[in-house]
Amino acid sequence: MSGLIKSSIARKVVMALSGLFLVFFLGQHLFINLTAIIDPDTFNTLSHFMGYNPLVQFILQPVLIAGVVIHFIMGFVLELQNKKARGVKYAKYGGSTNASWASRNMLISGAVILAFLGLHLYDFWFPEMAYKYIESNPEDATRYFPELAHKFHSPVRTGVYCLAFVLLMLHLWHGFSSAFQSMGVNNKYSTGLRKFTQIYAIVIPLGFIVIALCLHFSHL
Amino acid sequence: MNLTLKIWRQKDANAKGKMVDYKVTDISEHMSFLEMMDVLNEQLVNTGEEPVAFDHDCREGICGMCSMYINGKPHGPDKGVTTCQLHMRMFKDGDTIVIEPFRAVAFPVIKDLVVDRSSFERIQQSGGFISVNTSGNTQDANAIPIAKEAADKAMDAATCIGCGACVAACKNASAMLFTSAKVSQYALLPQGQVEAVERVQNMVRQMDLEGFGNCTNTGACEVECPKGISLENIARMNREYLSASVKG
Repeated sequence: MSGLIKSSIARKVVMALSGLFLVFFLGQHLFINLTAIIDPDTFNTLSHFMGYNPLVQFILQPVLIAGVVIHFIMGFVLELQNKKARGVKYAKYGGSTNASWASRNMLISGAVILAFLGLHLYDFWFPEMAYKYIESNPEDATRYFPELAHKFHSPVRTGVYCLAFVLLMLHLWHGFSSAFQSMGVNNKYSTGLRKFTQIYAIVIPLGFIVIALCLHFSHL
Repeated sequence: MNLTLKIWRQKDANAKGKMVDYKVTDISEHMSFLEMMDVLNEQLVNTGEEPVAFDHDCREGICGMCSMYINGKPHGPDKGVTTCQLHMRMFKDGDTIVIEPFRAVAFPVIKDLVVDRSSFERIQQSGGFISVNTSGNTQDANAIPIAKEAADKAMDAATCIGCGACVAACKNASAMLFTSAKVSQYALLPQGQVEAVERVQNMVRQMDLEGFGNCTNTGACEVECPKGISLENIARMNREYLSASVKG
C-alpha cells in the first residue's frame, strides 16, 4: 500500500476522492441556501442546526476542511510536477485544438475558487466562529437570514461571488466527470454519467448565482 | 507550392537550440511531409549547410519512428496519421509551418527534431510482456478461448506504435495513454493475468521515474493519437493499479 501514495495514479485518485466529496458538499450547501430565497425561516432553522449540531461542527466540518486543504495542496503539487515534465515550451502550442479550456486551466479556475473561498470564509465562517467560540454569544436561531442578506447588499461582493461561481462552473465541468475517469470508471454508462456531471456543473453554480442576485436585488 | 518553414535546430543534446527559417519552393501537394523535408535537406546539402535531422523509418505509419510537432500538433494537422502519412495537400501555398521536436523532459532532444524516446522502451521492459515457456511445450494461443470483445479491445490497445504523440500533445507531457495501452493489451487477455499485479505496478513506477507528468484527463492524447488509442485504456490501467495496490 505504501507504493500507492507515491504514484501518479494514487495522487490522481486523491484528487478525485477529495473532489467528489466537495462536489457532494456543494450540493447540500446549495440545498440549504435555496431555502433563503424560498422561506427565510427554514433557512434559519437549517443554519442553526448546521451551526450547533455536534456531528456537523466537530466531525463533518473538520473533514470538509481537510478535504479542501488536501484538494488544493495536491492540485498545486500536480501542476508543479506537470510544468516540470514539459521542460522547454513549444514555440507554437495547439492545446486549444485538442482539449477544452476548462480541462487545460483547472489551476486558474481552482486558484480563483481558492481566492473566493478566502473571501467567503472572511464573510461568514470567521464571524460565525467568533460569535460562537470567542465571544460566546447566546444561541439565536433568527440571525442567519438577516446576516446573509446584509452581505449581498454590496454590488461589488455580489459581482465577485457571481464571477467565482462561473469559474466554479468551469472547474466542475471538467473536474466532476474527470474524477470518475481517474478512479477507473469508463464504460457504457460513462456517456450518461458525463451528461449528468455537466448538468450538475451548470445547475449548482447557477443556483448560487440566482441566490446571490435574488438577495441583492430584493434589497434594492 | 512555396512555403516558409520555421524549424527547431539544435546541434546536439547539450547545445542551445533555436528556431531557424527556411524557404522551400515547388513543393507538390502529393508529397508526404517527410518528402518535403527531404527536398529541404537536399537544398541544404547543395548549399553546404547541415541537413535537418529527423526520425523516420518505415514511412507507412507502422514503425512509430517519425515524430515532429507541426503547427502546434504532433504529426501535424491531419487526423489519425503519423508525420510520414501527412500529405502536403493539408497545407496551402504561402503557408508558414512551425516544426518542433516532441517536447518532454523524458524525451530529451538528441539533435534538431530527433528526440530520445528510450524512456518508452524502459517502461515496456519493466512489465510489458508475458513470461512463457518457449522450450517447445508452449500452449497454442488459439487453444485458449477468449471473448470476441476482449480480443478486439486487446488488439486495439496493441495497435499503439509508441510514437510518443500522446506525450507531445498532453499539456502535462504525461505518458498515461502509451503505458495504459501496453498494460491493457495484456490485462484483457488470460495470458496476461499471471503477472498482472507486478506488471501494472512496475510499469507505472517506471513511467513516474522517467519524469513524465500526471494525467489530468484533458483527452488531448486520444485526439492526437495516430492509432486512435482510447482513454478507456487509461481508466482500465487506473483500475488495474488500484486493484494491484490492494492485492500486492
